[in-house]
Amino acid sequence: MLDRFVSLAVVGSGGAGVVTTGNLLLDAAARVGWYAYMTRSAGPQIRGGEAASMIRLGSAPVDAHDDHYDLLVAADWESAGRFAAELPMGAGSIVLGDPRAGEQPPFLVDSPAHMLDLPMKALADEIPGGRANMVALGAIAKLIGLPDEPLLAAIRHAIGSKGEAAVEASFASLRAGRSAAPDLPDFPCLEPRPAAPGMRWNISGNEATGLGALRGGVRFVAAYPITPATEVLEWMAHGLPRVGGALVQAEDELASINQIIGASYGGVPSLTATSGPGLALMTESLGLAVAAEVPVVVVNVMRGGPSTGIPTKSEQADLNIACYGLHGDAPHLVLAPHSVADCLMTTQWAVHLAESLQTAAIVLTDQATGQARAVIERPAELAFIGQRVVPESVAGYERYALTANGVSPMAFPGTAGGEYTADGLEHSTTGTPSSQAADHQAQLDKRLRKIAGHNYGEHWAEIDGDADPDMVVLTWGSCTGPCREAMARLRAQGRRVRLVAPRLIAPALPGPMGDAIAGARRLLVVEQSHGAQYLRYLRAHYDLPGEVRSLHQPGPLPVRPGAIVERIIDWS
Amino acid sequence: MELMQTTRGLAPKDYKSDTKPVWCPGCGHFSVLAAITKALAELSLPREKVAVVSGIGCSSRIPAYTSVYGFHGVHGRALPTATGLKLARPDMTVLVTGGDGDGFSIGGNHFMHACRRNADMTYIVMDNQVYGMTKGQASPTTDAEWDGSKLTPDGPCIEPFPPLKIALAAGANFIARGSSSDPNDLARLIVEGVRHPGFSVIQVLSPCVTFRPEQKEWKKKVRTACVDYTDDPARAARRLVTDDGFNFGKVLFKGTRPAFVPECSDVPCAIPELESGFAV
Repeated sequence: MLDRFVSLAVVGSGGAGVVTTGNLLLDAAARVGWYAYMTRSAGPQIRGGEAASMIRLGSAPVDAHDDHYDLLVAADWESAGRFAAELPMGAGSIVLGDPRAGEQPPFLVDSPAHMLDLPMKALADEIPGGRANMVALGAIAKLIGLPDEPLLAAIRHAIGSKGEAAVEASFASLRAGRSAAPDLPDFPCLEPRPAAPGMRWNISGNEATGLGALRGGVRFVAAYPITPATEVLEWMAHGLPRVGGALVQAEDELASINQIIGASYGGVPSLTATSGPGLALMTESLGLAVAAEVPVVVVNVMRGGPSTGIPTKSEQADLNIACYGLHGDAPHLVLAPHSVADCLMTTQWAVHLAESLQTAAIVLTDQATGQARAVIERPAELAFIGQRVVPESVAGYERYALTANGVSPMAFPGTAGGEYTADGLEHSTTGTPSSQAADHQAQLDKRLRKIAGHNYGEHWAEIDGDADPDMVVLTWGSCTGPCREAMARLRAQGRRVRLVAPRLIAPALPGPMGDAIAGARRLLVVEQSHGAQYLRYLRAHYDLPGEVRSLHQPGPLPVRPGAIVERIIDWS
Repeated sequence: MELMQTTRGLAPKDYKSDTKPVWCPGCGHFSVLAAITKALAELSLPREKVAVVSGIGCSSRIPAYTSVYGFHGVHGRALPTATGLKLARPDMTVLVTGGDGDGFSIGGNHFMHACRRNADMTYIVMDNQVYGMTKGQASPTTDAEWDGSKLTPDGPCIEPFPPLKIALAAGANFIARGSSSDPNDLARLIVEGVRHPGFSVIQVLSPCVTFRPEQKEWKKKVRTACVDYTDDPARAARRLVTDDGFNFGKVLFKGTRPAFVPECSDVPCAIPELESGFAV
């Protein structure tokens, strides 16, 4: 059976239930065995204001938006124009608008989409307690092939606590919408698939990051709120105490990074989550973690920058600060998940690596992944648990001993005979401060050796596609989804293409990367940064074969699969 | 205190390391180091159950001069580092050492919030009203008219930061002032501070003989405070209003707030239980 997908957007002003509609659709989709990916866009208002839910449903896993939306549903047009650039409509696209809502915005009138009426408010008014967004949901369900039963279950799950009358009103609204929806036999619809309960997860990227941290063994988190990372911390504030850990809200990001360094020095795997401005504040202390060899994990959910930038929208422009932001020669780890589901695995792996290598790890996700919600396959259990090397014996113990692999056993406070002072000053093997050239050289060598010499195994990258490719697409993070889709379309046209999306950005791995891109005659680097930061990083660390081109654009608009396909087809 | 295990037979010298301090001859910090080791011996704490945490500055060098666990971090961040350690490892006795610049200028925000948070640790601030390690600049506790620095040749021209008033206002649970001129008395204050639950602040007048040689006169100026501690913040505040900065040797304020302990389940659940929330 061919994989099928459908893309839709729901827009409305504050109180129109745009977010609720999206959440119910995802829940219902999971119940019929579909996959889903949903991002949200909102105006700058703290509460209320216009909002858009952008959703893609599929019979196969989804981790990117399509080039355009098949369906746009709007209960009103108030400020909908704000989302014009984010809502591309195609020739077969349908717009369902409420006739009461007045004039349609120019971006839709001028688009090739078909404009149809759906009297959502009038139908809702006929039902006691009826709601226009539920009417819309009923119409959407009919068009995309979603049966009533999973929707009713999703509604009951979401609002059952509000009483039977509210549930019944929603059911009635839903049915009214289904009956009033137009008949569109050519509209892309999906078929329900059998799915065992629990086999689908409905999870956001930020939640998956928090869960990955817990699975990796994190038991202390210091938190300072910042958009769009706060949900990582909020989920952990709920989850951590339940598994015997603790989360503390700190007074600022300087405090949160130093609190986790203190806790980790105490032997407890520790993490904080932030966004660009917070990462900038933390860089001095990240250097301390590197020098004192105290494992910490910092999740940076990237947003538009520099400075306050665009706090609510996505960009991949913190690559430079993550890789190069620390002063001195400070080798550390930079990792990046490539999808909502992968936030779990990559964060868990980051904890494992930071603990094993006694260093700082920065995990770069972004708003488009962190605040996206997806219906995914239930994730597999992974064996990555943070494990530090501790001294077998404290006789003659030296905290910063020069070992072959560069990792020195770390005595936890409480270990008699292991007493030492961890120091951000350069130090001798015992930790005693030293400004001697020989000590500096030896400790720099050791800190590099443990990172550069580690065997990172097969998880360092997602590599997908032809063994003997004409073309390699090299990307990272949230651009991976659109690239993967572009690859599939190109392969369907008979092109030999390969996708390489490293999870481990730093350290660079010349061996595995060299193998992954060997022989490519053409190499396209895809990223969401104005300054082509990833291309420059690759050029600095790798020998890139063939003709290299770059597809880079700043946030907040996502790179669409069609743009990647086009760049490759129009290569010449 | 119930968390502290007792060790018999450790003398103050057993809490000292072999590392020779970088301090100038005559520096007040030698006496403070002696007072800390004396207090640890008095408290009979096993070395491995104590951690001394610091930031950057002359006095922040203390961890390496002790034989207990130590952490010498970045400038101004000793308190958050210590807070993380104490909250993650409540079984450890945590001392924080540092100077007036580290604690009240670059680390001023953390000082306020450590007082508020009231984690169970003891903060010993060696106050010499100068940045010594960078060779003699005005610190947040320097008098407005002190013109001994090339950086502020007309003096800092702003009024000094009042550490104990801020500590009281921000909610510190134990507030005292000691002097390096009387290490035995200081040791007693440290013992009392460690034993008192919550966040204890001990300001120590510790002269910088190199960049503030006039501070050698402090030993003549200091006097033992004439009244014992109060648990009434209003009364403590009134005393601080008339305090000239040289009353020492008695605890000013002891609060009754319980120490901060983060919420944590006594009976941890397994992670799959949390994951069930995501399953549809």
